[in-house]
Amino acid sequence: MSRTEKIIEELTNRAYPYGFVSAVEADSTPPGLDEEVVRLISGKKNEPKFMLDWRLRAYRHWVTLERSAGEPRWANVTYPPIDYQKIVYYSAPKQKVAARLEDVDPEILRTFEKLGIPLEEQKRLSGIAVDAVFDSVSVGTTFKEKLAELGIVFCSFSGAVQEHPELVERYLGSVVPYTDNFYAALNSAVFTDGSFCYVPKGVRCPMELSTYFRINTAGTGQFERTLIIADEGSYVSYLEGCTAPMRDENQLHAAVVELIALDDARIKYSTVQNWYAGDHEGKGGIFNFVTKRGKCAGARSRISWTQVETGSAITWKYPSVILQGDESVGEFYSVALTNSYQQADTGTKMIHLGKNTRSTILSKGISAGHGNNTYRGLVKVLPRAAHARNYTQCDSMLLGSHCGAHTFPYIEVANSSSVVEHEASTQKISDEQLFYCKQRGLSGENAVSMIVNGFCKEVFRNLPMEFAVEAIRLLGVSLEGSVG
Amino acid sequence: MLSIRKLHAGVAGKEILHGIDLEVRAGEVHAVMGPNGSGKSTLAQVLTGHPGYVVTAGEILYGGRNLLEMPPEERAREGLFMAFQYPVEIPGVANAEFLKAAVNAVREHRGLEELDAMEFLALLKEKMKLVDIDPAFMSRPLNEGFSGGEKKRNEILQMALLDPKLAVLDETDSGLDIDALRTVAEGIDRLRRPDNAMILVTHYQRLLNYVTPDRVHVLSNGRIVRSGDQALAQELETRGYEWLEATAEALPQ
Repeated sequence: MSRTEKIIEELTNRAYPYGFVSAVEADSTPPGLDEEVVRLISGKKNEPKFMLDWRLRAYRHWVTLERSAGEPRWANVTYPPIDYQKIVYYSAPKQKVAARLEDVDPEILRTFEKLGIPLEEQKRLSGIAVDAVFDSVSVGTTFKEKLAELGIVFCSFSGAVQEHPELVERYLGSVVPYTDNFYAALNSAVFTDGSFCYVPKGVRCPMELSTYFRINTAGTGQFERTLIIADEGSYVSYLEGCTAPMRDENQLHAAVVELIALDDARIKYSTVQNWYAGDHEGKGGIFNFVTKRGKCAGARSRISWTQVETGSAITWKYPSVILQGDESVGEFYSVALTNSYQQADTGTKMIHLGKNTRSTILSKGISAGHGNNTYRGLVKVLPRAAHARNYTQCDSMLLGSHCGAHTFPYIEVANSSSVVEHEASTQKISDEQLFYCKQRGLSGENAVSMIVNGFCKEVFRNLPMEFAVEAIRLLGVSLEGSVG
Repeated sequence: MLSIRKLHAGVAGKEILHGIDLEVRAGEVHAVMGPNGSGKSTLAQVLTGHPGYVVTAGEILYGGRNLLEMPPEERAREGLFMAFQYPVEIPGVANAEFLKAAVNAVREHRGLEELDAMEFLALLKEKMKLVDIDPAFMSRPLNEGFSGGEKKRNEILQMALLDPKLAVLDETDSGLDIDALRTVAEGIDRLRRPDNAMILVTHYQRLLNYVTPDRVHVLSNGRIVRSGDQALAQELETRGYEWLEATAEALPQ
C-alpha cells in the first residue's frame, strides 16, 4: 500500500458521528404496500380528495411498473433486489405534530441538537429558517411567522396541503409527474411529508431556508416530497441536509424535489447529503434514489443545483433543469465522494426548450477505497432552442487503486445555432504532491484534505457560507480564514 | 547542526551515494557542486526524507537527533526546509492558503499560537518584499501556471516564512534569467543568520557570486572529491568538472 493510500484509508475510515438512534416512540404501519396503505397515509394526513386520487393513480402506475420492468437497472450500480413488501411506509413520531416548537418531543429536539441543528427559540439566531423532518414527518419549522410577513410560505408539505391546497394542486407533479420513473411513482403514492415553499412576486427571501432530514426508525423507507415555487422576480436560497443512524440493513430513501421558477425568478438549491454510507465492508447504508428536477418556466429565470454527496451506500440522483423560458439559466455543481464500498451514479439533465437558454455543468467525482463513482449527464437541445449554450466540465479524482470513476455524457442537439462543450479529466494525487506538502510540515492527512478540497473548490464556491464550511469539514479539511 | 557520516543511499536497487561525510554548523553556508548525475539531488532528497530514496548505511544527526528516524513532516517542523528544484503544482489550493497552513503547522509544533488570517497576511506582506513577488500570486493556485522564475521565488518566499534552521536549496538558480537570479540570490543572502545554516546545491558558480559560501564541496559519482572555500568554486568554473572527474578516478575505491 502506498503512502497516499494509507493516508486516504485513515481519512476515510473515520467513524460516522451521526449513527445514533433516538428513543422516540413511533406510530408505524406494518410493513408492506397496497391501496389500503396509500389510503391510510392520506387519511392520517386528513388530505383533500385530489391528493388521495393522485396518490392512487401513482400507486396503480407503480404497480404496473413493478409487474413489468421493475426497478430501473440502467444505472452503473449493483445491489440485491429490494423487497418492497418488507418496507414500512408510514412511521411518525407518536406525538402529534406540535403546534408550537416548544411542544415538540424533547427527545426529537435533542436529536436535532446533537446533529447541530438548533430548533429552540433562543438558538434561532443563526439566520436560517429550518424545517426539520424526522422519519418523513415534519416536526418543526422555525421563523415561520417572520417569513409570513413577507408573504413567504415555508412549512411542512402536510401543512401546505391543508392551508394552500390550490398551490399544491396546481404545482404538485408538474415538474416530476408520477409517471416519470419507478421511484417517483412510489414516492407519489406513499410520501408522508416534506417541505413546501412559496415565494411571492418580487420578494427576495431574506434568509436561507433549510430542511434537515433524519431517518430514525428501523425498517422504514423515507419518502419525502419538496416543492418550491418562486413567483415572478423572486429569489430563494434553499439548503438540505440529511443523516441517518447506522444500521446493518439497507434503508430506502426515495425523495422527489420539484422546483418551479417563473419569469425572472431565481432558485438556488444546495444539498449536503451525508446519509449513513454503510460500514467498511459495505454492509448497511442508505439507498438514496432521488428524483430532483427544476423547471425554469418563465423567461430569464434561473435554477442552480449545488450538491455535495458524501453519504449513502448507493446514490442515484440527477438534479436536472428544464429550460423552458427564453433566456433561462440552469446550473449544476456537484461533488460526489465515494469510499469504502459506496456507489454513486449521479449527474444532471439540462433540457433546453427556450431560445438563448444557457446551462453549466461542473461535476467533481472523488473515488477512494472500493468506491465507484459515475457521472451521467444529458444535455438535450430541442429544435426551438435557438442559440442555446451548454458548458460541461467533468473531473474525476482517484485515490488509491481499488476504486473506479466512470463518465457517461449524453448529448443530443437538434438545431444548428447551439453550442455545446464537454471537457473531462481524470487525476490522482501524486506522491510528489504529498511529499511537497509534508516537506512544508503538513501531516499526510491534512495534505490529502487540502488537495481534495482544492479539487472541489469551484463547486464549494457556489455553496452558501455555512454550508461550504460543513462541506469542507465533511471532506475532512480545515481551511479556515484563507487569505486572497 | 548537521552531521552526515558515511552515508550510502540511492533509489531501490541502485546505490547513488557511496559514503558521504559532511559537517554543517550554525551560521555556515555550504555549497554542494557537481556535474549531472553526481548525486547532488539525491543528497538533498535523502536529507528531507523523500520516500523514493533508501539509505543503506551511515547516519545523519540533526541537532543531535537521528534524522533518519524522523518522518518528512517532522523534519520540516523541526526546521529542515528544502527549496525544490521542481516545485509541484496543486490545483485549486490558493498559494496563501497553502503557505498559511504550512506556517501554522510549524508554529503548532513549536508551541506557538496559530496565526489568524490578518496576522498571517501581515507576515506574508513583510516577507514578500524580500523576493519581490506580485501580491496577485497569493490568490493563485499553488505553483499552477507559474513560470520557472516565479516558482523559484515562491520557494524562497516559503523559506522566509517558515524560518528554517537548515535550508537545502536544490538548484534554486537553475532556469532563472540574470535579473531573477539576482533577486532570488539576494533574497537568500538576506536570510543568512548566525543561528541558521544553508546547503546550496548547484551546478554553477553564479549563485555563489551573491551568496558567498563558507565551504564548497564537489560531488562526483556519489562521493565528495574535493572540499574548499569560494576559490574552489571559481577554479571549477574555469577548469570544468572534467578536471575533477579525473581526480575522482584517482581516488581509492
